[in-house]
Amino acid sequence: MPHKQIPPDTYSALGGFIPPDGRILKDENPAHARKREARRGFLRKGAEALTGVAAAGLAGRAAMAADAGAGSLPVPESMKQPGALTGSSLYGHPSEFEKKVVRHLRPTDKQYYSSSTRSPLQELDGIITPNGLFYERHHNGIPSIDPAQHKLMVHGLVDTPLLFTMEEIRRYPSHSQIYFLECSGNPGYTVYGKTAAEANGLVSCAEWTGVMLKTILDEAGLQAGAKWVIAEGADGAGMTRSIPLEKCLDDAMLVYSQNGERLRPEQGYPLRVLLPGYEGNMNIKWVHRLQVTDRPVHSREETSKYTDLQPDGKAREFTYVMEAKSIITAPSGGQKMPGKGFCEISGIAWSGKGKITRVDVSVDDGKTWQQASLQEPVLTKALTRFRLPWRWDGRPAVILSRATDETGYVQPTLEELTAVRGVNGTYHNNAMTAWRIAETGEVTNARL
Amino acid sequence: MRACRNQAIPAAAPYAPGCCSPSHGSAVDCGSANRDHLRCVPVHCSSVGAAAVRFTPARAAAAGLALAALFLAAPGAAAEKYGFGTPATEAQIKSWDINVFADGSGLPPGSGTVMAGRDIYNAQCLSCHGAKGEGGIGDRLAGGQGTLASAKPIKTVGSYWPYAPTLFDYIRRTMPITAPQSLSNDEVYAVTAYILFMNGLVQENADIDANSLAHLKMPNHDGFVPDPRPDVK
Repeated sequence: MPHKQIPPDTYSALGGFIPPDGRILKDENPAHARKREARRGFLRKGAEALTGVAAAGLAGRAAMAADAGAGSLPVPESMKQPGALTGSSLYGHPSEFEKKVVRHLRPTDKQYYSSSTRSPLQELDGIITPNGLFYERHHNGIPSIDPAQHKLMVHGLVDTPLLFTMEEIRRYPSHSQIYFLECSGNPGYTVYGKTAAEANGLVSCAEWTGVMLKTILDEAGLQAGAKWVIAEGADGAGMTRSIPLEKCLDDAMLVYSQNGERLRPEQGYPLRVLLPGYEGNMNIKWVHRLQVTDRPVHSREETSKYTDLQPDGKAREFTYVMEAKSIITAPSGGQKMPGKGFCEISGIAWSGKGKITRVDVSVDDGKTWQQASLQEPVLTKALTRFRLPWRWDGRPAVILSRATDETGYVQPTLEELTAVRGVNGTYHNNAMTAWRIAETGEVTNARL
Repeated sequence: MRACRNQAIPAAAPYAPGCCSPSHGSAVDCGSANRDHLRCVPVHCSSVGAAAVRFTPARAAAAGLALAALFLAAPGAAAEKYGFGTPATEAQIKSWDINVFADGSGLPPGSGTVMAGRDIYNAQCLSCHGAKGEGGIGDRLAGGQGTLASAKPIKTVGSYWPYAPTLFDYIRRTMPITAPQSLSNDEVYAVTAYILFMNGLVQENADIDANSLAHLKMPNHDGFVPDPRPDVK
């Protein structure tokens, strides 16, 4: 197809010119670059002119289509003009048609110093959460920390108290692994979210890169009697949690990257603690201090907050592990069935105790169950994608999923949990979520 | 930790309970997974380090592999070092270490009265937490004692928090929420005193310090139990 006749000035404004063979070559001349800068206004006009040309072309095409008779398709507009110029978005962002895919912020919170956003699980595929959609939970906002100024202090029951720069932290042998992260209040025992995000969106999954925490502790040299590591964040909450040394020497990491890029500020940039399978709050963000001790500190977060009140008035403390859980994300609350017939049921499952070994799906409110397929690779303490092919007959249905992990633990119903724990425990609700499909195709939380 | 438990204790070796306690320095320890020191490899308490492990040559071969694993896992045992990082000075540690433990260790010198705390509270805390600690934008702070086992438990400093020193720690590190670490230690003691007074836990004329906070038994001190999960199968 011969190139459209476009004023040469337009192309020089774009940074190139049209040689006889139609290729656009890059113009490296700085004088021309200055000229281009001065001609930005002209560029806009040129673009408008192009649009005009395209519109005229469309009219012609429409006429041709009419000539060709019913049943023909218009040629996509995107084929009849250049797209956005290379380099027009050097970081990149999602398509303009995906703007609704964002984290969910509850509009009713009393304040947003200490609050959360939920990952839009119903919009996501696979097991990796994009960094911009990773759930958030902050206790006094999101600090902006210059990595050149950030330091990690390790002190307490160590041979040599040490201060590390970020540059030094990154010199250590690195390790990458995919792990889920979940807030222990995901959700409370009386919260029935309208969507998958509102129901279970305080969970996300990423590939984390950093240094094993053990490596850093070994550098300082653990002394006898060391049993706990108290981690503190450099945020306005000075977030503090005590971590058992066993975990620190096992799979705990200090991570500086997430899905290949440096941590986002809201995920603890430049450095955070990552404790695979443990409740999100312990994964201290913006970590700047590790005190090795013989006992926990009993911070506010591990006494008055992240403790699970039981019906007898006693509260469980140091409840770390996130037990096996799953949720169907498609179809899920807020969505509408496209029609009768084939519908793939898909969702995510995870366990803080290891690998997911099985997910069962019911399409009759738990009366019967079918085993879903698990997408490989199935990774320890990571999200696992499950799927079940299904044909919707157009009648009302209630669908739900049930995860089993490698310890043999089976995800319970909410009734099974509350029969033991009551409804005021706030944390560690790993119950199944059921979605009701109406005859109209509307999907809602079956408890609403 | 199997490696440790498999370390058979030679009949002739001195059995030394308590040998691994911190007071004996970095004696061989069972590692992180097993703190049952009575099962530790017997050591001479007067010695320090791996060389203190005694076992017969006959057992050495059989136990060699397990023993190697023990050394790798044991805190204090030689681990690879890279030489990165700079030694932190006492002054540097002191400038950052604001951890206050449940028993009061870490509380700084200073003191504060309920009366002084009332003024600070009214100026800096009331707008979020209410005139009587009833809550608002911020958490409820007072009342609720006796409600924890009810259908609508009210969790406050007085009804739920198990340790008074934690209140000092929390206020100092993050309150007021718009200006954390802006209060002096005396001011933090004072606000702590006032919140305890609102809960009926100290008298109106109280003047609290590290010692009195450490010895104040909170109503819900014994209200916490270990994690029993998996409790639902």
